[in-house]
Amino acid sequence: MAAGAASGGSAVTDTYKDARTWLLLPAWLTLTILVAAPVFMMLIYSFLTKEFRGGVIWEFSLAAYDQFFFDRGLFGDDPAKIEWTYILIFWRSIWQAGAATILSLVIGFPTAYFIATRPEKSRPLWVFLITIPYWVNLLIRTVSMKFLLRDQGPLNDFLINIGLIDSPIHIVNTNFAVQLGLFYSYLPFMVLPIYAAVERYNFSLSEAAADLYATKATTLRRILLPAVKPGVIAGCILVFVPSMGSFLAPDLLGGAKNFMIGSLIEEQFKGNAGNWPFGAAASMILMSMVLVLLMFYARQQAKSEKAEG
Amino acid sequence: MVEETSATGWETQLSKNEQIAIDVRDAVKRYGDFTALKTISLSIKDNEFFTLLGPSGCGKTTLLRMIAGFEDVTEGGIFLYGDEIENLPPYQRPVNTVFQNYALFPHMTILDNVAFGLEMRGANKSDARKKAGEMLELVQLSQFSARKPSQLSGGQQQRVALARALAPQPKVLLLDEPLSALDLKLRKAMQLELKHLQRETGITFIFVTHDQEEALTMSDRIAVMSAGELQQLGSPNDIYERPRNMFVADFIGETNLLEVSVDKVENGRAICHLGGGHELTCNAVDEVGVGSKVHLSIRPERLFMSEEPAEGESLKAKVRENIFVGTDITTILDLADGPEFIVRTSNSDRGNKRIFEPGTDMYVNMEVGAARLLVD
Amino acid sequence: MATAKSAKFDIKAYRGFKAITLLCLFVLYAPLIVVTIYSFNASASLTNWEGVSFRWYVDVFTGPESGKFKTAALNSFIIAIAAATMATTLATLAATGMVRGGKFKLRSASFGLISLPLMVPEIVTAVATLIFFNAIGFDRGIMTILLAHTAFCVPFAYLPIAARMQGIEDSYEQAAMDLYANKRQAFTKILMPLMMPGIISGFILAFIVSLDDFIITNFVKGAGVETLPTAIFGSVKQGIKPNIMAISTMLLGLSVVMVTISYFVSKADNTK
Repeated sequence: MAAGAASGGSAVTDTYKDARTWLLLPAWLTLTILVAAPVFMMLIYSFLTKEFRGGVIWEFSLAAYDQFFFDRGLFGDDPAKIEWTYILIFWRSIWQAGAATILSLVIGFPTAYFIATRPEKSRPLWVFLITIPYWVNLLIRTVSMKFLLRDQGPLNDFLINIGLIDSPIHIVNTNFAVQLGLFYSYLPFMVLPIYAAVERYNFSLSEAAADLYATKATTLRRILLPAVKPGVIAGCILVFVPSMGSFLAPDLLGGAKNFMIGSLIEEQFKGNAGNWPFGAAASMILMSMVLVLLMFYARQQAKSEKAEG
Repeated sequence: MVEETSATGWETQLSKNEQIAIDVRDAVKRYGDFTALKTISLSIKDNEFFTLLGPSGCGKTTLLRMIAGFEDVTEGGIFLYGDEIENLPPYQRPVNTVFQNYALFPHMTILDNVAFGLEMRGANKSDARKKAGEMLELVQLSQFSARKPSQLSGGQQQRVALARALAPQPKVLLLDEPLSALDLKLRKAMQLELKHLQRETGITFIFVTHDQEEALTMSDRIAVMSAGELQQLGSPNDIYERPRNMFVADFIGETNLLEVSVDKVENGRAICHLGGGHELTCNAVDEVGVGSKVHLSIRPERLFMSEEPAEGESLKAKVRENIFVGTDITTILDLADGPEFIVRTSNSDRGNKRIFEPGTDMYVNMEVGAARLLVD
Repeated sequence: MATAKSAKFDIKAYRGFKAITLLCLFVLYAPLIVVTIYSFNASASLTNWEGVSFRWYVDVFTGPESGKFKTAALNSFIIAIAAATMATTLATLAATGMVRGGKFKLRSASFGLISLPLMVPEIVTAVATLIFFNAIGFDRGIMTILLAHTAFCVPFAYLPIAARMQGIEDSYEQAAMDLYANKRQAFTKILMPLMMPGIISGFILAFIVSLDDFIITNFVKGAGVETLPTAIFGSVKQGIKPNIMAISTMLLGLSVVMVTISYFVSKADNTK
């Protein structure tokens, strides 16, 4: 037996308790100054008045949020109506991210399951195969996807050459292209948690179910799925959250018709046409939605940990 | 018969010229609200093979780690040959530990592992390695000195851990269940090897185990612990033959535990009532007076069966079942309206002692000293 | 029990799952493979295949856009190495504090802070960082990219390092201290070498994340400063050109090599 194999050693130990503060201080400072403080600053900016050439004027204003939700006409003095433009962009983002999540789940679950049921030795290799593309530059991946799917691209060429279709299928600049791009961007986030859950799953439960006359389909639905549900939820959230705020896939694969939040935000900070407080407000709204989801996720995780004892 | 030791009284009987290696004085260990050790005092003699024995969670490992310096002492003190050490960090205490999983440094060779402590104490590299080589010879592992720990078997790793801990010549060697990861055969062999090594080196060994057989085999003295308290301290023979309380009697070996009430105490003998009209005479114990309801322990191998009552104590019983367990035969029998008894008859003894078929009426007998009253 | 001889009923196997897995791998790899193949196309047109050639690789280094790409590549690598080094250092110290620092009140808050860049959508981090530098009057340039990348990379370096450290039993340090090593020696002589696979993985992940980052860089880079992703993005906006495919293939190769190194380093478990 190898030394140390007996205990998983996941517990926190206190060898360096005395030095703790000094060990953590650099990371605390870096992340507080460069991430937490900026997010707070962004919150403040979302309540300031816009300057026309980018930037802000330090005057309190609710204009950014008002612009997001209400339409007050060209001169701002009409009675307030609901402004649908931005709400629709958000709605489209949610919808696209949701569709990408379902696509990832439909492909990712069987994949994760298949990998987790390989012999123990070859599992890391399978996981490695699934994750390699993730570590290739997202921009390059998205461009590659676009290149492949173009009307004159290799995919359409191939399909025409084998006589399956007569004229190219238009994929680029459709919703589906964006979903495919998001799927391609974040698939490992779906596969890995499900893989981990299935790997932990005790297959004698399935055997017991089969022994008690359950078919394979019933076993999957009644025994396996409930057991790996936390992994599935984790995977869905981990794909959904970054998809919502993604920029490259909608920008490169979706075109102008398929504008998502990421592009809306980006536009506010480019050149002179931007509106910083509005961009900050849109970011805040996006972040709040994401945080709600993450809190739900954290609660779910805590619950499943409790259930596992 | 005079009781040689008890949990609290042995210190006074210590002869003046016996040096004390480790002296634990009123040590308490608390984790928040939880008390892991409740005011423990014990002295471990120089050149002694001393064992802390108890079930998991009894505090034995905590006590060992307090001596090593990995746990701080909430209250009380620990003295090493008269020097107070409980506030020193582990690297300033001249005691070394053999860890349960050996904790051999996986990225270093066997030789470098054994040389580590010497180097840290300031020896230069070549001296340290030379000394380490000698230690490896002592445990007969010289040919493996260039290997990594993972290339060794469990038993070999165990010996490396021992060599590494002994190399800096500690004043006391602490062993934290070092044999628990080995298979039975290897464990038996290592028990003897450890015992010999202790005699050869003359270093005080403090050994932690939950295995009572191991403790009885190896130790000069044993401290039995439970629930953070010292239950009994004495030689293996004391502990086995004269358990002080229920816990010790039950934990060490197999025994018949009977609930009795004490009817009469005279001339150092106590007459106990077992229920169903059965009576037993045994040696009186100071803590147990007339009228008290207490427990009685009788080791199954101290009982024997016969057709007619034998000399000493005899009780009428009926055989329920015989179980063959290799070296012995275990017989379960019932006293009429009384408790059940387990009798163990050694197979080598069968010429002298009888085995009865189930259902047979017979007598179960013992010497007067065989039954032992327990403090609850 | 199902044996090799009669493997008719396998409780673990579901029909079609293997096919979906292969489809999944196909979808993941097809675009990358196609781009790699087309980067060797001799033709200047994207659609026609005219034989194998290295002309677009030559073009990357000597063509009209080569100056732009060389500067961008240099910026990218300098930033990635510096950001990954700083992030890995911060993460190693932080992991020691978190995993070997005992329980403390702010532990989960600390973990939340460290993983904040993973929780906040990247575009929000980008906006926030831009606003922050603007508010404190920090001129945008290489320095702002470097700072933003360092913070963003900390969790990527932290996670493998902390995971590694959790897998190392503390009995190793205790054994070292039992053998007269002080805490610093126990760290440098025992803990650090044992953690090395985690530290290397962490560094590589941080390096790749910095090298790949587009969104944050795009916001905080300032005018005139380009990294490879922003340069490529700018170029792609005018249409995919063959030289972009050559650059992509090179970057893709680099990522694959680095992730493979990381895989084998983490597999070489030196505690066993």
